[in-house]
Order: sequence, then C-alpha cells, then structure tokens
Amino acid sequence: MARLLQELVESFRIAFAQIRANALRSVLTALGVIIGIVAVTLMGTAINGIDIGFNRSLAMLGEDVLYVQRWPWRRVEDWWNYVNRPPLEVETAERLNRVIEATPGSLLEVAVPVATRGTSVRAGELRLGGVMLFGTTGDYARIVTTDVAEGRMFNDVEASVGRPVCVLGSAVAENLFPGRSALDQSVQIRGERYTVIGVLAKQGEFLGLFSFDNQIVAPLNTVRRQTGVRANLDLRVKVRDKTKLAAAEEELIGAMRRVRGQLPGERDNFSVNQQQAFKEQLDPVKAGIALAGLFITGLSLFVGAIGIMNITFVSVKERTKEIGTRKALGARRRTILLQFLIEAVSICLIGGLVGLGVTLAASLVLATLLPALPIAFSPSLMAVSVLVSILTGVVSGFAPAWGASRLDPVVALRYE
Amino acid sequence: MSVPPVLPAPDRRPARVPGDLVIRIEGVTKLYRMGTETIHALRGVNLEIRRNEYLAIMGPSGSGKSTLMNMLGCLDTPSAGRYDFNGKDVARMVDDELAEIRNREIGFVFQTFNLLPRSDALHNVELPLIYAGVRPAVRRERALGALRNVGLGDRIHHKPNEMSGGQRQRVAIARALVNHPSILLADEPTGNLDSRTGEEIMALFEDLYEQGHTIIVVTHEEDIARHARRVVRLRDGLIESDGPVP
Repeated sequence: MARLLQELVESFRIAFAQIRANALRSVLTALGVIIGIVAVTLMGTAINGIDIGFNRSLAMLGEDVLYVQRWPWRRVEDWWNYVNRPPLEVETAERLNRVIEATPGSLLEVAVPVATRGTSVRAGELRLGGVMLFGTTGDYARIVTTDVAEGRMFNDVEASVGRPVCVLGSAVAENLFPGRSALDQSVQIRGERYTVIGVLAKQGEFLGLFSFDNQIVAPLNTVRRQTGVRANLDLRVKVRDKTKLAAAEEELIGAMRRVRGQLPGERDNFSVNQQQAFKEQLDPVKAGIALAGLFITGLSLFVGAIGIMNITFVSVKERTKEIGTRKALGARRRTILLQFLIEAVSICLIGGLVGLGVTLAASLVLATLLPALPIAFSPSLMAVSVLVSILTGVVSGFAPAWGASRLDPVVALRYE
Repeated sequence: MSVPPVLPAPDRRPARVPGDLVIRIEGVTKLYRMGTETIHALRGVNLEIRRNEYLAIMGPSGSGKSTLMNMLGCLDTPSAGRYDFNGKDVARMVDDELAEIRNREIGFVFQTFNLLPRSDALHNVELPLIYAGVRPAVRRERALGALRNVGLGDRIHHKPNEMSGGQRQRVAIARALVNHPSILLADEPTGNLDSRTGEEIMALFEDLYEQGHTIIVVTHEEDIARHARRVVRLRDGLIESDGPVP
C-alpha cells in the first residue's frame, strides 16, 4: 500500500516533469482533447438547453391541466373518425362542471371553455398582427399558468355580461404601448373597442414556434358577440392533484361521456389531451437529436484520444532506455504501466479542464448575446466531462503503457 | 564447483575472507533465436559467488559475458539450469518477482551511468527506495547518506548534466548501494571515463570492498580486472578459467 502510494507520487512527478519538458508537444496534444471536450460539452449544454426550454414550454400548457378537444395531440391516420365529432360548446363546459360538482371526491376542479382564434389588434396608429385571442370565462384565472403582472383578470360578472375588457400578453402590451402602461388604455380588435384591465407576466416562446406573450384574453361572451364568429372551442380542465393525473384523466373521460350521453361500447367523440402526451411524442425526437449530436462531437474527442495515444507511444519509444533503467532498479510492470497511464491521463485532464473553461466562457457569452436561447451549463455536465477526459486518457494511454510495462529490461537497456 | 582459493596478492592488501554463499549457478544455458538460427549464448555455466567477494568477469565480445551479467543481475532467466540467489530459485521467477529481487538484492552500475536526466542527484539515488516503498523522510535520509558515502554530499541538487562523468558514476554507485543490496553489479563501469577518473572509481570500489560489499565487475579491460580478487574468463559460452587475480 505504502509502495503503491510512493509509486503514484513518483508517477505524477514524472508526468508533470515530462509535460513541462515537452511543453509544445504537450500543448498540441492537449489541444486535440480540448477541442473534443469543448465540442462534447457544448453539445451537452445545447441538449440540456433544449431539454430545459422544452420543459419550460410544456409547463406553459400547465402541468395540472387536461385539454378536452375534438382532435388528439398526435398524428392520426383515421381522420374520418375525428372530423365529424360534435364541436365543444360553452354548454358542454357548464354540464361538465355540474357533473364534477355532483361527483364526491372528484379529482377535477373546474372546466373552463376557451375559444381560440388568430386576430390583429390596433391601438391608435399601431397595429399588431398574428395575435392569439382567447375568449374565456372568469374561471380562466384558475387554470392559467402565468401571473397577472399588472391590473387584474376579468371576473365572472364581466365575463357573463360580456363587458368589452381584455388582458394583454406582455409582448402585445409592449408593442402597442411601448414605454408606458397599457392599463386603462383601449385597443381595437376586429373593429371593436376593448379596455385593457390587465397585463400578463412574460412567459416566453413555446418550443420556439410561437410566443405565449403574444396573446389577448377577453370574456368569451364579448368575443362571441362582437366578432360574431364561432371560434374553435376547447375545454381546459384543472386537476386538483397533479400527481394523480392519470386517474383524473379517467374520471374526465367518464364525465365527458355522461355529458355527451354516450352509450357503453361507443367510441369517445372527444379527445382528452395533456402535456405528458406531447412529451411522449417529442421524446424520441429529442433523444435522436441528442444521440446524433453526441456521436458527431464524440468523433472529435476520439481524434483527440488518438493524438494522446500517438504521443504516448512516442514517449514510450523515446524513453525505452529509461524504462530499462527503472526496471533494473526494481520498477515492476504496474509501476511502468501507471507511469505512462498517469502521463496520458494528466494531459487529457488538463485538456479537459481547459476545454471546460472554454465551454463555460462560450456559454456565458452566448447567454448574454442571445438571452432567448436556453443555455444550461450544469454541474453534472462538468463532472461528466471531467470523467470523460480521465476515461479518454486511460483508454488512449493504455495500449502504449501496457507495451512499456511488458518491455524486456535487457532489450530496453540496450536500446539507444 | 568449489570456491577458488583466495590468495593474497603480494602488492596489495590481502583479500578478505569470503562469507556465505550468495549466488549459485548450475548448468545454466541460454538460447536465443535469431530468425531461423539458434544462438547458444551460454552452454552450461557453473559459478558460485560468496558474500564479500570481488569478482571480475571477462571475455571477448560474443563470449556470453553480457548474457551472464544479465542473468546474474536477474534481468533475464536461464533457458535451462539452476540459479539460486540467497537460496531462492531465481530461474523460475516471473517478471515482478525478479523486479523485487533486483530492487532489494542487486545494485546496478552501468557503463553509461543511466541516470534520469531531469532529476537531481538526490532523486536519482532515491529511486530504488521509491520502488521499495520507503517513506519520504527515511528515503531522503538514506539517499543523503549514500551520496555522502561516495563523496558527493555537496552535490545532491545537481542534475546529471551539471556533473562530470566521474561524479555521475559516483551518483550511480550511490544509487546502486542505497537499498543495501547483496551484490554490486558493474557493467564496464569505467568504459565512458578517462583513465584517471576510471582509477578513482576503481579506488571507490576498493573502499566498498573493504567495507564488506560484494562486487562483480564485468569488463574487457585487463587493467580493470586486476583490481578484483578473482577473475572469471568466458569463451564461447563456457567458463574458460576461474581463479584468483595473478
């Protein structure tokens, strides 16, 4: 044990003396590892970022909200089974709420009808297109995943009477009323005037597709009356306990069948969607991206590893006589193996740490330049890349170190 | 094979009385394969070496001198025959066991010194102790002692390229002795030195012999061999003669 310790200390001493003595060569070799580690960790950071952005986006849908809609959130081949489903109505939501109230110990809290349509909005000279208009009831405040930053949500009375009030998404408010408060201002939607009573907190983009901040929420009755168009309607149902989502979904399906008066054996004429299903759809895609990305960047690390292996072979060749001398003085196979392994690992580890530093700096710069980009430099990624560098050193240093440890001392001592 | 009678040389101090048997070699042969040819480097060598002997091994190149030295130094094992070192059967040992014997029982002195170029004298001398697992404080103390013993107490932090050839060989001798080996095995120890420095090194060997060390010098120079008390001459893989220095 004492001997192993002495040998280890000696091996580290030799490794650093060697790296110092062959500074340029060591730097060039380490460069291969640095590039490899930077590539891999940047890719890891990006994948991590995608993951976080993805989860953040999904959280916008609400972790405890089930969506009752005509279509499921997945690709369907048998579209004809869905296209003739009856539309969802405000009455459906009311009847569903009555069923929920009548169910003792229901896992569901409330069903909220939400009509969705794209629209444009004006305030004075400014006109904003591509805004999502949500028409809903006063219960919307209970299912919404974002806070009201300014003002308030409309209440049940305003909703049922159909008052011309609205709550703006943060992007809409900023664009229409730059540099000032949107509260109590009026906006025009499809020619009708609405008074702004609240502004939502900033949420960000959903999977980079559209912005959740680019929305306007208004009472459903107002939207219906003023636009005169029947918009898409879906029901959002809040679950009391998000850990019992599956059971809640079962209950919701049963309740909806009662509302719809469906007979046993009849197929559901509605779909219950939740963010989990969305996640399951996208998870394989995400895994595919991660795998391909790590494989491609892993190749650059592999090239770095070949560099290490090469230089360790050279190092063994150069110091054949020294190996012979050390063996004559009592160095065992393990000692020589350790010596060269530690040398390879040291270069890799230094390269890995420098690479980590570069990645850290790069991700900090990127995060400042592109704040929207979800970049996540996690401690676990750091630990993993240190481990990967050590592993690279061991794997690439092993063959030459093994060869060195097996050298015949007689042959090695004669080597010039 | 019996120990040759040790006769006092008239012009020198008398040889010391040899002690216990250290090395016993019986019927040792060594074959090398060179392509399709088989070379018989040793064809059946018998040799006994006792504690506190001073032995020279001589022979022209190709005589098996180097092979015998590698064998004695436990760097190589015989193809056939028996080799006992302090009663232990070396011929059947594997690599790491041989390394252990080399570390504890044999001190090597090479023609080209074989010091580690980037390490100072002290660290070079410490090396065998590192492989023996000696604690740093003890190690340093013993290495210092060994360097003082060869007259280099004031050069401990010099690197090999900052020292003369004679000083380098002294460092190598200190390194060879630091772990108190049973034998000191020197391969052409003066081969890379001028004759005056060579004489100094041989004088050091004489001192070490007087201190009770067992010394084996492999050389092709009669002048060097004359310092020993016993000369073994090899020819064509066999011992040609074995007797006291005339």
